[in-house]
Amino acid sequence: MFGNLQILYAAPMLNLQLIIDGVLIGAIFALAAYGLALVWGVMNVKNLAQGDFVILGGYIAWYAQKTWGIHPIVMMPAVMVILFIFGWLLYITIIRLVINRDLFTSLLATFGLGLVIQQALNLAFGPEVQVATSGLETRTFFAGLQIAEIKVISLVLCSVLALIIILFMKRSRMGQAIRATSQDARAARIMGIDTDKVYAFTFSLNSAICGAAGVLIAMTWNIQPFYGITYSIRSFVIVTAAGLGNLPGVIIAALGLGAAEQYGGFILGLELQVAFLLIMLLGVLGYRQIQMAKLRQVVQ
Amino acid sequence: MHTLFKSTIAIAGMTAISLLSANTAHAKVDGDTITLGSAISFTGKYSTNGIHAKNGYDLAIKKINEAGGVKVAGKSYKLKVKYYDDESTPARTAQLLERLVKQDGIKFFLGPYSSATTKAAAPIIEKYKVPMVEAEGASRSLFTKGYRYLFAVLSTSEQYLASAIALAAELAPKIGKKATDIKVAMVFENDPFSLDVRAGVVEDIKRFGMKIVIDDKMPRDLSDISPTLRKVQAVKPDVLVISGHSKGAATAARQIKELKIDVPMIAMTHCEAAKIVKKFAGAVDDFLCPTQWAETLSYKDKMFGSASEYDKLFKATYKGYKNVPYQSAQASAAVQVWKDALQRANSFDPKKVRDALSATNMKSFYGGIKFAKAGNNIAKPMVLRQIQNGKFVVVAPSKWASHPVNFPRKPKN
Amino acid sequence: MTKLYKGVDSFETNERKQLPFYIALLAFGIIAPILFPNYILQIAILWVMVLFAQTWDIMGGQMGYNSLGNVTFFGIGMYVSAIVQVGMVYDVGQYTSAAGGAVGTAASLAVGQGKFTADQYYEGIIYGILAAGVVATLFAPLLGWLLFRLRLAYFAIGSLAVALTAPELIGSWQWVGGGGGIAMPVHPGSADARSEFFYMLCFASAIVTFIFIKWLYSTRFKLAINAIRDDEDKAEALGIYTLRHKNIAWAISAFFLGISGAIFGNMTGFIEPLEVAFPTITFGIFMVAMPLLGGKGTFWGPVLGAIVFHIAKELTWTYLLGWQWVALGMLIIITVVFFQQGIMGWAQEKWPSKFGVVIDETAMDARTKEEAS
Repeated sequence: MFGNLQILYAAPMLNLQLIIDGVLIGAIFALAAYGLALVWGVMNVKNLAQGDFVILGGYIAWYAQKTWGIHPIVMMPAVMVILFIFGWLLYITIIRLVINRDLFTSLLATFGLGLVIQQALNLAFGPEVQVATSGLETRTFFAGLQIAEIKVISLVLCSVLALIIILFMKRSRMGQAIRATSQDARAARIMGIDTDKVYAFTFSLNSAICGAAGVLIAMTWNIQPFYGITYSIRSFVIVTAAGLGNLPGVIIAALGLGAAEQYGGFILGLELQVAFLLIMLLGVLGYRQIQMAKLRQVVQ
Repeated sequence: MHTLFKSTIAIAGMTAISLLSANTAHAKVDGDTITLGSAISFTGKYSTNGIHAKNGYDLAIKKINEAGGVKVAGKSYKLKVKYYDDESTPARTAQLLERLVKQDGIKFFLGPYSSATTKAAAPIIEKYKVPMVEAEGASRSLFTKGYRYLFAVLSTSEQYLASAIALAAELAPKIGKKATDIKVAMVFENDPFSLDVRAGVVEDIKRFGMKIVIDDKMPRDLSDISPTLRKVQAVKPDVLVISGHSKGAATAARQIKELKIDVPMIAMTHCEAAKIVKKFAGAVDDFLCPTQWAETLSYKDKMFGSASEYDKLFKATYKGYKNVPYQSAQASAAVQVWKDALQRANSFDPKKVRDALSATNMKSFYGGIKFAKAGNNIAKPMVLRQIQNGKFVVVAPSKWASHPVNFPRKPKN
Repeated sequence: MTKLYKGVDSFETNERKQLPFYIALLAFGIIAPILFPNYILQIAILWVMVLFAQTWDIMGGQMGYNSLGNVTFFGIGMYVSAIVQVGMVYDVGQYTSAAGGAVGTAASLAVGQGKFTADQYYEGIIYGILAAGVVATLFAPLLGWLLFRLRLAYFAIGSLAVALTAPELIGSWQWVGGGGGIAMPVHPGSADARSEFFYMLCFASAIVTFIFIKWLYSTRFKLAINAIRDDEDKAEALGIYTLRHKNIAWAISAFFLGISGAIFGNMTGFIEPLEVAFPTITFGIFMVAMPLLGGKGTFWGPVLGAIVFHIAKELTWTYLLGWQWVALGMLIIITVVFFQQGIMGWAQEKWPSKFGVVIDETAMDARTKEEAS
């Protein structure tokens, strides 16, 4: 570990590299996390299959490229539509039934769902790690700083997507309906909003967002049927850190997590990748506890 | 009416168990067939190579049966394998082997894939005194425990990258350095096999007086080694050594290409099994890949012919192979060992068979096979190949080398 | 819609009604290995499953804290036992490092062979199993300190994260062999003796767990943790030290899981952190699925769930190769969504009188009217 710290100290550009790498990948985490925040905030469903939706999206893009040569970025809207429909179907069959149950039901049901998705992907595509090629280069800048073009493009796409979603939530009727339902479902129903449809839409929207994230992940990193759980944990960490309604918070937390992971992986070694995530999770939760305690003190 | 409840359970239990006992029909020798047993990885992290190995086993079985089968005590027998999927999990391998022995009555075994699963298998076969010829567990610690029923056709782990390090020492002057100036970076998967390979590499590095500048492990899912590669960019070692089974090899090749890593020598295990030439073409040029077997070597035997004839036969039988991985070749060799030993023992008595196995001294398309007392093969060396212009060519040891080494490395992206 | 139970003489508190089942279980455990000696290993694992299900249910069913990471204690127990067993005879660090010297030489055989005499073996395994239970128990409040401050959803995720982290941490600990694992001491007897030995250990551990939990559920402790499940804040307000109860409940689960891990590690013969000691995706999930299937929150539910699950699993694994995991995932979903009460709950609803449950009709009608409005 100290050897690694020494390397960081001796090569300052490396620090910048790690931060940039982290921020670029964090943008994609932010997408998946925001979707989770939506579903959690509006429907109180804690979707443990979040990461598996991401991987699923990645596989669709990869498969399309492998079979028909369609470039993943071109495929992205299609992936989003496919996953939207998928999410809708899931809602009608399973999710609808777990919404108003106790906290654990949604967790376990989505866990089972994740398991099915993982195994189905494994059966369909095999356990190999796959990558979708973007055909883009890695550019080298001053002092050996490397930035892959695809990562920058994915950052741009994430931002565009985030913007579209924000506008949608603010301006469109469905967006307003979603926000109303998340504030008070009963009141929304009284006002004539079909909360069932709102829930279906929210869940499907989440699914689509995850799909988009998956396409980007397939290009910038890699996918494998069982990688989903790590993304699920990441999303939970980010949402926990940021709080549910807080989109800017989600973005900052996600970028921060991305950078922290890069650093942690570098210093501690990647064999402790999940351990590091857990430390982050506990740290964040601990911090929240302290915050809550302080708040309680103030109130008292 | 509690009895209703109780009887339901009882009936369910009986049904299940009777269904399960439907399996016991297979004994090790049944009529004209000798059934070998194998718990191997069809699913899970070792599945790619598990399937390569299975294909190897199956091809040899087919060839042997076509050529008349195995002759024991004047009678000809066909060979057959009973497979179970151990899901790449050692615990499952152990359980399935017990099952093969106790429920399926199998007495002769072929190995699982990977050192971890073989390490779990070994105590079981020792316990039941049923011999196993394995072709995919190279960890040398398998052969330091005094096992008497375990026989391995492949070379042990510490030999994998030894010749690469020796080569680096020899070629150091080409980049203006002495052997003792060489800086080595290494990244290994955190599993029994890779750690044994690492132990071998560390010993060799010490022997030559080289220096280790990076000593990293891969993450559990072998998905990403970019932190290590970043360190490589910062520290600029002379040699980069990688071992992480097929998945690790694929990740490494891809990320080395992406990050444009430039190191004079890159040595990596499992290149062929990871199909890196097919996937990454010019970017993996000049990689050094140790191999247990190469189709260009001049081994031959009566059944498969030469190594290159085996290569052709394999590619004709199984689609999608640009290079035949050595995992398949050594699996076929393991079956050949069984045929040879059973015929020499001329009996199915496990003790006689075990003694016959121990006395094996044969030549095959895969190489010479002669077992030391500990069970490992001492008649076949590990060979080092380099990817030159998209082809694997043997560069070490010099007895088998067909081409000179390209050093330092000049990839074409 | 909740049913209002008037009668207290339910199946679970009536010992007489349960007696035939105790006998059936005990009889099966003793006779089965004699009748079906070729299946002894599979039946041994059945007992391991029963232990898994029962220990999970203390937390999940009775207390409402659904842990996705109980398998952590299983792995801790496995490693503690290995350390004790090896450490009593050899230096652990040396034993686990890759054997020195050339392969097959006398020198390497001496270092790597690691033979244990019969006395050493039995002594080691007894101390190992006990130590495993004790150390695992100590970890429970430690993890509890981390996780119990969290509300339910976070607890589940946190416990899952812990179970995923533990193998990484142990995998980077060179003293216990890191990712290379540890070869366990070899049983000195014949193959059959070994099978019987481990069967007895598994069976015994399951029976001890069974009896202990049976006793536990007759104490006030059970009522207290039920109160926590039903409404934690009110329970706290009523003066129940919820944190203490949570820690004790988890500690009890940990103790038995640790012992189970020690036994399983020895049975497997070779342990390593990722696949053998902390099989979160397999055993970890099974631990949750079995009580759900059988009926969480009941005493017999987990036992029943474990039996049904194990049999179903053995059948599908053999005959439905490739699809078994999909089937498992679907089982979890269907159970959670449609069959939440599990087999026991379903049976209780179908034949309430068999379970000594009396439904209060008038109160039911009143409640139904209230809920519909």
